[in-house]
Amino acid sequence: MNDFEPKIVGFLCNWCSYEGADAAGRARKVYPANFRAVKVMCTGRVDPQFVIKAFREGADGVMILGCHPGDCHYKEGNFQALKRYAVLRKVLVQFGIDEERFRLDWISAGDKEKFVDVVTKMTDSVRQLGPLRG
Amino acid sequence: MPKKPKIAFYWCSSCGGCEESILDLAEDILAVVEAVDIVFWPVALDVKYKDVAAMGDGEITATLINGAIRIDEHESMARLLRQKSKLLIAHGSCAHLGGVVSLANFSEREDIFTRLYSDVPTVKNPQGLFPKSGTIDSGNYLELPGFNDTVKTLDQVVEVDYYIPGCPPTPELIKEAIMAVLEDRLPERGAVLAESKALCHTCPLKESKPETIRIKKFKRLYEFEWDPSRCFLEQGIVCLGPVTRGGCNARCIGANMPCSGCFGPLDNVTDQGAKAASFLASLIDSTDEEELQRITASIPDPAGLFYRYSLASSMLKGKVAGNKSD
Repeated sequence: MNDFEPKIVGFLCNWCSYEGADAAGRARKVYPANFRAVKVMCTGRVDPQFVIKAFREGADGVMILGCHPGDCHYKEGNFQALKRYAVLRKVLVQFGIDEERFRLDWISAGDKEKFVDVVTKMTDSVRQLGPLRG
Repeated sequence: MPKKPKIAFYWCSSCGGCEESILDLAEDILAVVEAVDIVFWPVALDVKYKDVAAMGDGEITATLINGAIRIDEHESMARLLRQKSKLLIAHGSCAHLGGVVSLANFSEREDIFTRLYSDVPTVKNPQGLFPKSGTIDSGNYLELPGFNDTVKTLDQVVEVDYYIPGCPPTPELIKEAIMAVLEDRLPERGAVLAESKALCHTCPLKESKPETIRIKKFKRLYEFEWDPSRCFLEQGIVCLGPVTRGGCNARCIGANMPCSGCFGPLDNVTDQGAKAASFLASLIDSTDEEELQRITASIPDPAGLFYRYSLASSMLKGKVAGNKSD
């Protein structure tokens, strides 16, 4: 399937990563239109149910993007996200959802290049994997 | 003499433990039998399916069905009993959430058959015989119920009015549910007939739970001598009390075993396993990625542990098709 375009859902924290995505937009950077951004106040707010629901509703990949370690607006919300990510990715593999379909990364408000880079790489690797429900 | 209300019991894909749980009413069962007519109960009474089919619609006051929906016969019996009953009550974890039997949804139908009829070391099947739904023997057509692709909960097949949770439910809850039916004091339709708070609220070890719990390694019961007078989580043992509905009288805790989640999720939670992953992860005492990997590796089968009783009712319901790395 060559014309497959994956759907990627991203949960971005309000303080760093969403700002980073905004910065990329203001700088007229181009990133794949496959990416659907959902703004959350903090990645610590990302309940594993949100991630699972995204996969259930048709996402081929899910990303959690938050503040760099030490930079969390709420001190340790991003660490909670990191710990949940570590457990949840193992659970998802057992459901048949490859590790490459679920990524966590740190994007600061100024990381516009990194934002474009991680979203592009994620989209490319999920495109390679093909649709989740094939 | 006024007519007694009619009650029926049926089992689908279950282990028989829920039937036992009715017998566990002990002498109280006499009070139940006094108050109602049991019109159908395959495990105890010789009443045929055709006798049920001959009953009028809504003639049975309440039917308790235990077990998950695995074969097409379960589905047709669930439909028939739904039609004949005013109230349909899911009895036990399997009917309520899919139960242990719905862990089969992590495997494909074909894999289950191959494993069961060929790969198990103790199975000898040189002719490669596999069950099929129909065959002709001595000129007669013999039929077996069809094996569905996935295990479903009762409410994924028919409308369910109430749920009695548990693997199995306690006799107290069953008795209370039947009395509530008879005395017409049931809560809002769709309710789970148990506590609305998590197990921890009624846990006898509650007082020993510290303000914050930090876990460096998840330990299994056989790995060390744990203190039965202290909170399991505080000792690094996975206990699903925080994400499991209470109402079980903390039977497992009382028997020195951690909660494995059979009463299912709390109200407003869809996916008990996701909540289990969430709360356990937040107790991990590390933010270093390598160490996190080591700590999470101390839970060898997280999905099986978190979704032990609720896979069929979970958001993904089972293995998602199209895994490319298999």
